[in-house]
Amino acid sequence: MFAVELKKMLLRPRTWVIIALLAGLPVLVAVLLRVTGIGPRPGEGPAFLAQVLGNGALFPAAALALILPIFLPIAVSVVAGESIAGENSLGTLRYLLVLPVGRTKLLIAKLMTVTVFVFMAVFIVAVVAYVVGASLFGIKPLPGVSGAAIAAEDATWRTVVTVIYVAVSMLGVAAAALLFSTFTDSPLAAVFGALAVLVTSQVLDLLEAGRAVHPYLLTHYWLAFIDLFRFPVLWRDVVRGFLLQGVYIALLLGAAWANFTTKDITS
Amino acid sequence: MTSVVSTRALTKRYGSVAAVDGVDLDIQEGDLFALLGPNGSGKSTTFRMLLGLVYATSGEIQLLGHSMPSAASRTLPHVGSLIEGPAFYPHHSGRANLTLLDASSGNGRRTRRARVREALERVRLDAGRLPYRAYSTGMKQRLGLAAALLRPRRLLILDEPTNGLDPSGTREMRDLLLQLQRSGTTILVSSHLLTEIELICTRAAILSEGRLVAQSKVQDLLSTSQSVIVVTHDIADAINAVGSIPGVSVLEQTPDGLVLDLNGAEASEVNASLVSAGVGVREFSLKRERLEDVFLRLTGA
Ligand SMILES: Nc1ncnc2c1ncn2[C@@H]1O[C@H](COP(=O)(O)OP(=O)(O)OP(=O)(O)O)[C@@H](O)[C@H]1O
Ligand SMILES: [Mg+2]
Repeated sequence: MFAVELKKMLLRPRTWVIIALLAGLPVLVAVLLRVTGIGPRPGEGPAFLAQVLGNGALFPAAALALILPIFLPIAVSVVAGESIAGENSLGTLRYLLVLPVGRTKLLIAKLMTVTVFVFMAVFIVAVVAYVVGASLFGIKPLPGVSGAAIAAEDATWRTVVTVIYVAVSMLGVAAAALLFSTFTDSPLAAVFGALAVLVTSQVLDLLEAGRAVHPYLLTHYWLAFIDLFRFPVLWRDVVRGFLLQGVYIALLLGAAWANFTTKDITS
Repeated sequence: MTSVVSTRALTKRYGSVAAVDGVDLDIQEGDLFALLGPNGSGKSTTFRMLLGLVYATSGEIQLLGHSMPSAASRTLPHVGSLIEGPAFYPHHSGRANLTLLDASSGNGRRTRRARVREALERVRLDAGRLPYRAYSTGMKQRLGLAAALLRPRRLLILDEPTNGLDPSGTREMRDLLLQLQRSGTTILVSSHLLTEIELICTRAAILSEGRLVAQSKVQDLLSTSQSVIVVTHDIADAINAVGSIPGVSVLEQTPDGLVLDLNGAEASEVNASLVSAGVGVREFSLKRERLEDVFLRLTGA
């Protein structure tokens, strides 16, 4: 079942258009930086972007930081929100279920497919950004955010952990979209639900008044991967970010499963 | 005879509305069984409950000897279905859609192409690479049926399979159902084409506002007829004569005769009474009730 779902996702032009757009934005930014030579002043603008002019090795991380707050979660919401609701609105859901494909099994297959999409998208963006960063700015040893020099090899594993961290951060959004996807037969409504969660979390995270809930917000630790490029690595927030996403994923998926396995399919 | 579908007090409520209300269906192996009823009487809801798509509020369902929906993974591979119209991925061709379905159901990979080809041939659908969204209503319906026939089935549940089919398509559907029935498949079908149903079905049930109002052999439903047609020139005399036969009454007066309600009287005796009263009876026949008449009478429409 997973194989078929994966095939459906990979064969859809939409999948590749989304990934191309995701990778396109950082490329556009890199070209602009290179042509004008004007970067943000250090400490301002998107993470790492100020340093990229001097060192392309940081560009994959910079690219992920660029798409992380809005672009990437929207893309993930679209794919995950559509997964069950899309089948429901087409009516194909009922024919899958009477094949029979068990509801739990279908949900797991959809989840795995969305997970593959997320990792694929983040990975491709990172690879494209590496190639673009290397060719436009050149690869040098990392100075690290705190200033002390690090050996050039270190950028590789830090970037790999960043890719994994960003992908896992997106799985929380994916789980929320999947949950909404089991409630409605309108894919757009499911996407909107996930985005509402996202925006709420980001707004609360900005409010001083919401301080007490900050550490529990879905988006709070998203940019913690910046700490991976410090010397030495600051693991605290990254680990918390992983754990928090794990809790969100478990809760949201549990709710999605409870709803999907007990609801009437009337489309 | 083994029971293929049996429900006990099957009920589905949506809020305070009972879409299906205490239905006891009993479908035996080899039946070509029609589930009839006006719009909104609960046919599709019943089918959805049989297939585990909608959960019953109360009551029991036995499908192929197993309790539904708990035994869905064991029973549903033997059940093909068409539920409120076909549904496929619009950007894929019919063949690609069937291939995906076959793969999802975990059927053997090596024989997949052959299975898909046979199913398409069976419903006479040859649309090449045309995407599903470009299909006509009838082609979509055929593809839906092909999906239901992707593997050998013990039971077919078809909700309005003739929907959108042209007259020759309707006839082909009729022949296909009869052929499937002869090869041992039990078929449960719903339709509003009562003449078609009358031609092919062995048994029928009629739903009205979620309740079962009849369930028996189609012949038995039809033979509840209680009226005769009398063709005569002496209409006035005939009306007089009928007045003197106890129970019998005039249902309808036509230009060339009368339609009588026998109300339990023996037809031959009524005929004899008319003749002995001097009425020139040119033709005397039992009025054959059509399924449509039974349907309209029982559903109170
Ligand atoms: N999801 C739902 N929520 C509320 N009511 C519903 C729902 N689905 C069906 N109903 C109601 O249940 C009743 C039976 O509907 P159903 O679709 O089973 O009828 P039907 O016999 O198939 O009609 P038709 O001949 O028009 O296809 C209707 O009154 C309908 O409004
Ligand atoms: Mg219906």
